[in-house]
Amino acid sequence: MTSSENGKEAMIQITDLHKYFGNVQAVRGVSIDVNAGDVLFVIGPSGCGKSTTLRCINLLEHPTKGTIQVGEDSHTFGAGHNMPSGRVLARYRTHIGMVFQQFDLFPHMTAIENVMEGPITVLKKSNKEAEATAADLLAKVGLSDKEDSFPTQLSGGQAQRVAIARALAMQPRVMLFDEVTSALDPELVSEVLHVMRQLADEGTTMVVVTHEMSFAREVADHVVMMDAGQFIEQGAAEQILDNPQNARTQSFLARFHGAAEIRGKAGAVLEKEI
Amino acid sequence: MHYVWDFDVVLAFTDFWLKGASITLAYAFGTITGGLIIGVFAGMALLFESRKFPWLGAIVSAPIYGYVQVFRCTPLLVQIVWFYYALPVLWGASMPAWMASGLGLMLYMGAFSSEIFRAGIMSIDKGQWQASRALGMTYSQMMRRIILPQATRRMVPPFVNQSILQLKNTSLLYVVAVPDIMYTGSIIVAETFRPLEVYTSVAIMYFCMLFPLQRFAARMEARRDI
Repeated sequence: MTSSENGKEAMIQITDLHKYFGNVQAVRGVSIDVNAGDVLFVIGPSGCGKSTTLRCINLLEHPTKGTIQVGEDSHTFGAGHNMPSGRVLARYRTHIGMVFQQFDLFPHMTAIENVMEGPITVLKKSNKEAEATAADLLAKVGLSDKEDSFPTQLSGGQAQRVAIARALAMQPRVMLFDEVTSALDPELVSEVLHVMRQLADEGTTMVVVTHEMSFAREVADHVVMMDAGQFIEQGAAEQILDNPQNARTQSFLARFHGAAEIRGKAGAVLEKEI
Repeated sequence: MHYVWDFDVVLAFTDFWLKGASITLAYAFGTITGGLIIGVFAGMALLFESRKFPWLGAIVSAPIYGYVQVFRCTPLLVQIVWFYYALPVLWGASMPAWMASGLGLMLYMGAFSSEIFRAGIMSIDKGQWQASRALGMTYSQMMRRIILPQATRRMVPPFVNQSILQLKNTSLLYVVAVPDIMYTGSIIVAETFRPLEVYTSVAIMYFCMLFPLQRFAARMEARRDI
C-alpha cells in the first residue's frame, strides 16, 4: 500500500488507464486512488466506460495502457510490458471480490456450495472450514434458510446476496460492484443495498458502479462522474451529487432527479387508485 | 396378391443373425467410444486459445477444423469406400475391410463429437466464465469445477442422438462385406430368395436395438434441469 496525500493508505491506485476495444476507445486515461475503507461510486451514462474501468481493476479486461495497483500487487500495461500469465492473474484476483449485474451464480451448486467454491478450489481450505465460513456469510446476508437452495429457486435479490457472500468468502481486500441492482425487480433492490450498506459501514473498500443515486448519496465517500471514457468530475459525494460544477454532470443528474420525481408522482397516483 | 409369410427361413439362420448383431453392436460401441475420444481432443483443439501467442491457436485449430469439415461434409459411404478402395492406392498396401470401415466410422463419429463438445462448452453463459475468473480460478480449475460439469449435461442429449445415428450408419459396413446385420441379411436373401421376411427382420432388429436408446434420449432431453 502507498500513502496518498491525506495520510490515508491508498488501497487501489489507477494511473492513466486506457482501454481500446479494437478501434473504439472505451477508457481514455483515467486515474484515481481509493483509500482503504473508502467507498467510491462511479456514475455516468450507459456506455461511458464505467463498467470497463471496474473490470480493468481485477483485470477481467486487459488495460491497453496504464497501471493498476491493488494492495501490494501492481501491474503496468502498454508497450514494452508483458501480459501477466494466467496463474499470476488468478492469484491477483483472489484478493478482489466482484459482484455482477446478472449474479452469475453457479447453477449446478446450492447457495452454500456457491459460497464454499472459492475457498475450497482456490484457497484450498478444508471442507469443514469453508462450510463454517459460508454459513456465517449467508447468515450475514440474511439467507441462512436458503443454504441448500439452488440458484433457480432464489429470487433475484436473494441470488445477488448469495453472490455477495460468494465474493466475501475469499476475504478480498476490495469489493467491486457492477450495477448489481440493475437486473432486479424494484421491490428487491433494497435488500441488496442493505447488505452493501452494511459492508460499507464495516469499512470494506468498495468501488460501486450504479444508477442508484440516492444510495450513492447515502453510502459513498467519493463519487466520480464518467462520460465518454473520462472522469469529468470527482469529489465528495455531496459535492458531486448535490452541487455538481460540470454541465454534463448537471444534466445527467437532472435526468435522474426528474425520473425520481416522475416515479414518485406516478406512485402516489397509483396508490390512490388501488 | 396372395403371399405366404414364412419366417422359418429367418429363424433357420439364428446363429448367423447373432453373429451379425454382435458385429453391428461391436462396431457401434467401438466407433462411438473411439469417436468420442477423438471428439474430445479435437473439440479441445478447436477451442484452444493462447493469450500469449495468439497465432498458436490458429495453428492448432486449423488442421482440426479441416478434418471436422471434411468428415461432416462428405457422405460416410464415400468415406468408407475411399478408405477401402482409394487410400491403398496412395499407401501402396491394402487395408482390410474391417479396418477401413472402422476407421471411416470412427473418424466420422469423431468429427460430429468434436462439434458436440465444442458447442457444449461454448453454450455456457459468459457470466459463468467471468464469475469463475473473478474468484481467482485458474483455467483448469474453472473448466473442472464450473464449465465442464454444466457443459457435459448439455452434451448428453446430442451425443445420444449422434450415437443412434452411428449405430444405424454401421449398416454401411455392407458395402465392404463386413458381416454385420445388414450384410448377413443380404447373404441370407441370396440363399433363400425371401427378401420380404429377411429385410423385415433386419429392420426389426435395428428397431429393437435403437428404440430403447431413443426413449433414453427423449428422457434426457426432457430433463432440462440446467
